[in-house]
Amino acid sequence: MSPAQSALFPAAEQAATQFDVLTLMLWICGVMYLVVLLFVALAIWRGARARAAADSPVTEAADPTLSRALAIWSCVVVLGLTALVVGSFFADRSLAAARDRETLVIRATGQQWWWRFAYRTPGGAWVETANELHLPAGRTARVEVGSTDVIHSFWAPPLAGKMDVIPGHANVLDLTPQRIGWYRGTCGEFCGLQHAHMAFDVRVESPADFDRWLAAQATPAAPQSGDPSVARGQVVVTQGQCAECHTIRGTAAAGKAGPDLTHIGSRRSIAAGTLPMSRGGLEGWIEQPAALKPGTNMPAVSLSPSDADAASAYLLSLK
Amino acid sequence: MTAETDLRARGLADRRRRLLAAWADAPGLWGFLTTVDHKRLAARYIVTTMAMLFAAGMLGVDMRLQLAAPDMHRMGPQGYDESFSLHGSTMLFLVSVPVMEAMAMWLVPLMLGQRNMAFPRLNAFSYWMYLEGVLMLWIPHALGFTPDLGWFEYPPLSGPAYAPGHRADVWAQMITFTEVAALCVSVNVVVTIFTMRPPGMTLGRMPLFLWGMLVASFMTVFGLPAVMVVTSMLIADREVATHFFSPSGGGDVLLFQHLYWFFGHPEVYIIFVPGVAFVSSIVETFSRRVVFGYVPMVVAVLAIGVLAFGLWVHHMFAVGLPKMGADFYTAASMAIALPIGVQIFCWIATMFRGRLQLKTPMLWVIGFIVTFVIGGMTGVMTASAPLDLQLTDTYFVVAHLHYVLVGGAIFPLLGAFTYWYPKATGRMMSEVWGRISWALVVVGFNLTFFPMHLLGLMGMPRRIYTYPAEMGWGPLNLLSTVSALITVVGAGIFVLNALLSYWRGRLAGANPWGGSTLEWATPSPPPPYNFDYIPTVDSVAPLWTRDELHALEGLSLDSREVLVTTLVDAKPDNRQKSPKPSLWPLLTALAVGVMFVGSIFSPWPIVWGSVPVAATIVGWFWPTRPRAQRGPLRART
Repeated sequence: MSPAQSALFPAAEQAATQFDVLTLMLWICGVMYLVVLLFVALAIWRGARARAAADSPVTEAADPTLSRALAIWSCVVVLGLTALVVGSFFADRSLAAARDRETLVIRATGQQWWWRFAYRTPGGAWVETANELHLPAGRTARVEVGSTDVIHSFWAPPLAGKMDVIPGHANVLDLTPQRIGWYRGTCGEFCGLQHAHMAFDVRVESPADFDRWLAAQATPAAPQSGDPSVARGQVVVTQGQCAECHTIRGTAAAGKAGPDLTHIGSRRSIAAGTLPMSRGGLEGWIEQPAALKPGTNMPAVSLSPSDADAASAYLLSLK
Repeated sequence: MTAETDLRARGLADRRRRLLAAWADAPGLWGFLTTVDHKRLAARYIVTTMAMLFAAGMLGVDMRLQLAAPDMHRMGPQGYDESFSLHGSTMLFLVSVPVMEAMAMWLVPLMLGQRNMAFPRLNAFSYWMYLEGVLMLWIPHALGFTPDLGWFEYPPLSGPAYAPGHRADVWAQMITFTEVAALCVSVNVVVTIFTMRPPGMTLGRMPLFLWGMLVASFMTVFGLPAVMVVTSMLIADREVATHFFSPSGGGDVLLFQHLYWFFGHPEVYIIFVPGVAFVSSIVETFSRRVVFGYVPMVVAVLAIGVLAFGLWVHHMFAVGLPKMGADFYTAASMAIALPIGVQIFCWIATMFRGRLQLKTPMLWVIGFIVTFVIGGMTGVMTASAPLDLQLTDTYFVVAHLHYVLVGGAIFPLLGAFTYWYPKATGRMMSEVWGRISWALVVVGFNLTFFPMHLLGLMGMPRRIYTYPAEMGWGPLNLLSTVSALITVVGAGIFVLNALLSYWRGRLAGANPWGGSTLEWATPSPPPPYNFDYIPTVDSVAPLWTRDELHALEGLSLDSREVLVTTLVDAKPDNRQKSPKPSLWPLLTALAVGVMFVGSIFSPWPIVWGSVPVAATIVGWFWPTRPRAQRGPLRART
């Protein structure tokens, strides 16, 4: 199994706290369950052995031994539950505690069916990207979640539990990642046809790598490829229909409806986790979005095969 | 001596003939449409819910096949969304709640030694409304506008902007039908239990079964109006732009969730508490012992009924609540584990001290305990606010809710079905095939749903129609799908067993299991008038404490009369005329149905549609009944 989207392999303080609560629960509930199973087995064994005895039913319900046992059982249940309530209370406190004064603020906007991420640079400007979240290890990031359409839920299990993304409500979620690596998040609240394809990649990296990444994201698009079709691709993308919905900073493309494509070639996947990033994948996605992700708001653009190929070459070169 | 016995027998035969003339339905179709016999209506209800259970179960299998392996294309997202919406809505609104109501409708009068319920025509109205609810959901499915947003349709996704067409309206109005039906039965059960207990059955001598049904009915009466309100508000938002749930118009989408779960959480207990009632009856009979801890059991079920209304927020921990508020609901949700723990203890203690007979109904109870306790434990886990943030809306919750609803309610229901089958049909179901179906269903169910806990923790969200192979969820999903097929085979054997036993089962006699409560004191199947004499009781297990029941005389033999007793002490209070068969409940249900169906297309049917509704209600209540007969009630000598 893959640990990338698993709550069982926590990679951040918040998920670790939640994992500790799970461990406590499993111990207490597991022991209680075994006790119940033991009692059931005993009751079957004893009750079945007693069958041969006298036949008329017992109508006297009172039984002092059982009453005492019931009192003890109730106390055990109450103690177990108290332990769980207290454990859960302190875990909740720790999730709410502010960990870092100099928090990194990230805006995550859920849309049918992808994620718009915006980072505040040290200079105070907002830099937009999509479907790929980068976080510095050891620092707390404050994710402000919002929705422009329906309810979604921001959920990267190795980092923390869900935070619903609700139109008209401002929710925030703190993430303090500890382990460097690639993880995966997804939408946790049914949001329509393509709820299944609303994932995002998460890269936890060293603060230095993160700063470099953010600085690179803030720069305008610059194709990095020797492929001769890239120039043609740039024309197709930035002066055709693509530009109506997508922004590529540094070009004429300034649409706002779809994801920012300025550095799309640096991302790991296409269309919110639907396909791995590749030239073929980009070309397929441009030509037949509805076949790969039925219901998607990305319209099919009629391009000649050579134009589609050039467009994908150009997009892949936007590192 | 012989002459006296002979005279008695002739007197009894005469009595039965006269009672039959007063209580029997007209033959044929007219009798079918006009009947107010609680047994016929309840049997009809149960058969319809079983058909729905089959249909929704098949949808479940369809979804399991789609998820058997990653990246499957046998269903698209639209087909999958429709499947889980139809599966959930049918199971919750058209199977679980109505089947429990129907069991109450069938059993409560028999367990009270009565000839019918307090409001017989309301039962008939309830069934027709329920049937219209079934058609309201499934005819649109046949016509291709199936609801596709799950069994709780959160706005704004279900609002006018994101759900054009009538799919969401169909869902919302189906709920109105079924909730009207459920409210009718619940009110009926409450009034019947409160005012029609046999003389001597004080509140303190009421079988635990009746306590369970009483509490479940009260919860229905308090919980269901919330969902009718919220779905009506949704329809209003969609149809006349009221903006209850649209942030841009000053509304709040969370209002929907609060109102929905204020019903939705008690709903779980409305389904589970009747299961508890079945279990108490079955454990008592097959342990040959009165259930240990009558008072703790009653207090526990009352506590569940109260606490269930204080927990709804645990469905909403991820919406960004104040932490302190969330922790309050964590504590309240976990507290409900105590009364349930007490009940589990009392059943096991009864088995332990009794002389256990492992007949099929008892096996279902053991399957229930072993399975349901896991559901209870995972319920405690999801009740923890911080942990729930990882669990909610994942396959962990899918596993949890199936453990609670199938393990906690459907297993007891199948046990109850097997247990009361001989009473209803006069024949026994096969023990051998009963055991085989039990083993296949319990094992198959656990192997289907246990892996889902792990899948949820591994990050698999619910309501996704496919998943990528690299997530590594494939093997557990395959196990789950294969096991679901095992469960279906077991369920099929159960159904065949029930069908074949109807004609070929061993004759049962009045009391095949040696049960203690009044329904076993009348022949199987019971005659239309239920009992020759109205019994009186002096203990919680009347058939075990006396060889022969005392009975009352003085109710009319030639017209429909029932006995009304006082609330606490169940002292005979008065006689009441019980209504005759009538077509009006069906006509009223049709008139209401036209109004409800029309109202999803335009607001005006609510205006003109109220005229036929008023007309049929006037017809229904037109005073034609003579007064009950006078004279003393006396103990039968």
